[in-house]
Amino acid sequence: MARIRDDTGLNARQRFLRWLLEGDDALDQALADGLDAPPPRPLPSPRAVPVPAAPDPGQRRRERASRWLYVCIALLLCVGIMGILLRTAADLPAFGRADNPTNNEVPARYIEKGLQETGAVNIVAGMILDYRAFDTLGESNVLFVAACTVVILLRLQQGDGHRLPRSVAEELTWEPRHDVILQTMASLLVPLALMFGLYVVLNGHLSPGGGFSGGTVMGAALILYLAAFGFEKAERFFTFRTFRAVSVCALGFYALAKAYSFFTGANGLPSVFTPGTPGALFSAGLIPYLNIAVGLVVACTMYAFFTLFRKGDV
Amino acid sequence: MSLTNLEELTAIALFGIGFTLLLLDRNLIKKILGFSMTDSGIYLFLAARGYVAGRTAPIVTEGVQAVEAYVNPIPAGLVLTGIVVSVASTAVMLALTFRLYRSYHTLNLDEITNLAGKEAD
Amino acid sequence: MQPLMILMLILILACGLCVALTRNLLVAAVVFMAQSLAMSVVWILLQSPDLAITQAAVGAGIDSLLLFVTLRRIHAVDAAAQQEEGQAAPEEGGALHGENP
Repeated sequence: MARIRDDTGLNARQRFLRWLLEGDDALDQALADGLDAPPPRPLPSPRAVPVPAAPDPGQRRRERASRWLYVCIALLLCVGIMGILLRTAADLPAFGRADNPTNNEVPARYIEKGLQETGAVNIVAGMILDYRAFDTLGESNVLFVAACTVVILLRLQQGDGHRLPRSVAEELTWEPRHDVILQTMASLLVPLALMFGLYVVLNGHLSPGGGFSGGTVMGAALILYLAAFGFEKAERFFTFRTFRAVSVCALGFYALAKAYSFFTGANGLPSVFTPGTPGALFSAGLIPYLNIAVGLVVACTMYAFFTLFRKGDV
Repeated sequence: MSLTNLEELTAIALFGIGFTLLLLDRNLIKKILGFSMTDSGIYLFLAARGYVAGRTAPIVTEGVQAVEAYVNPIPAGLVLTGIVVSVASTAVMLALTFRLYRSYHTLNLDEITNLAGKEAD
Repeated sequence: MQPLMILMLILILACGLCVALTRNLLVAAVVFMAQSLAMSVVWILLQSPDLAITQAAVGAGIDSLLLFVTLRRIHAVDAAAQQEEGQAAPEEGGALHGENP
């Protein structure tokens, strides 16, 4: 894997393909086999459950015994854990009571002072983007890192000298063309879903929702657009460069804004971003902007996941 | 001991189903589904502990800021980010599964282990 | 509210058991999607509308889409391999069946 890291520019494609197709490592070779070229060893049929011709009956018996042992231990473990946890859950303080130990002074503080300190009407948004904003930065980064991992695992770069086998390439880019039902419904639903996602993101500090919810809704709308109208149209506004630029800019903005906020105004010290009038669209300090940043990252990541799984590229 | 904590009991049962699936099923996709179910069980447990009967969602309405008016906002905040991150982990696991399938042409973990062992020999 | 909650909890558990017991991976994915929807109703009942929106978009939308696409591509790899070996095309959904113990 170290090879990918140094790669830049056009050469990278060829080197990536070489790594993918003729890497020296046995695993690399095996990974390449599935993609290209007649396989050197006969592929087992996917549904052939027993591995054919285990040579040594003694070894086979040992394998079966160890499997049996594993099943027994796992069952015992599962039943034991389930029993302990169910017993504990039944012994917990009753559901929905106000004097449960979870309802202590921390949520009381968030509820009583949250509006004044963060300016957010939605206490959950004020909590995750103001009191615990550092946490949320980490979670957005988890999304970005996951998207990068999926890119490394699934992206197929079709270099100049190389083409994927035709059957694979056709399967990857196959899409229903001019599906009337799908396209009519999509042209109705995509704008609505995008609007709803945008609304949820922009009003994250006023009503239920926020960057994470609205971002997933927008991502789902983009996926619907892609599914209905095909890659060609979708690639006019969303390519791998877009994904990279938007994600990096949004995460960078988040980090900078929060660094500024921690530097100058955390803990209620005065800063440029005042809580403002609670309930107004431009209020609650940084929260709407952070919501937009998180929403962009989430939407791009969801869309990138889908396209990477669908055709091996963004 | 009481059986009034239906939500918590369901959450634990869901966790148990997912955990059993994760340990005992040989199919990789089923393992991933089991893992997601384990996630859901934990989220349900967290949210159920934060619920207080008769109170509304933690969104300040009409200037009321008394603790007695709203449910606990902390589990909601934790679970909100958790749900989105669990999609990311599902995606990574599915991508790994796909790579495994492409090289070994099976989803059965035992067969994959066997084939990998033979290749190593 | 309580009867609806109990109904939804039963539905969640039933979906979980169904996912665990079925051998068809496509069925498992669809049932998992239904479970996510029931989950989002439970979030509403637990007074967490934020979670309901997210769970509906994530669980019923993106998670299951990723599952479907993975299953489709697994099937595609399968078909390509069979073609290369000169065999007949696999029967419909052949690769979608899991191998349970």
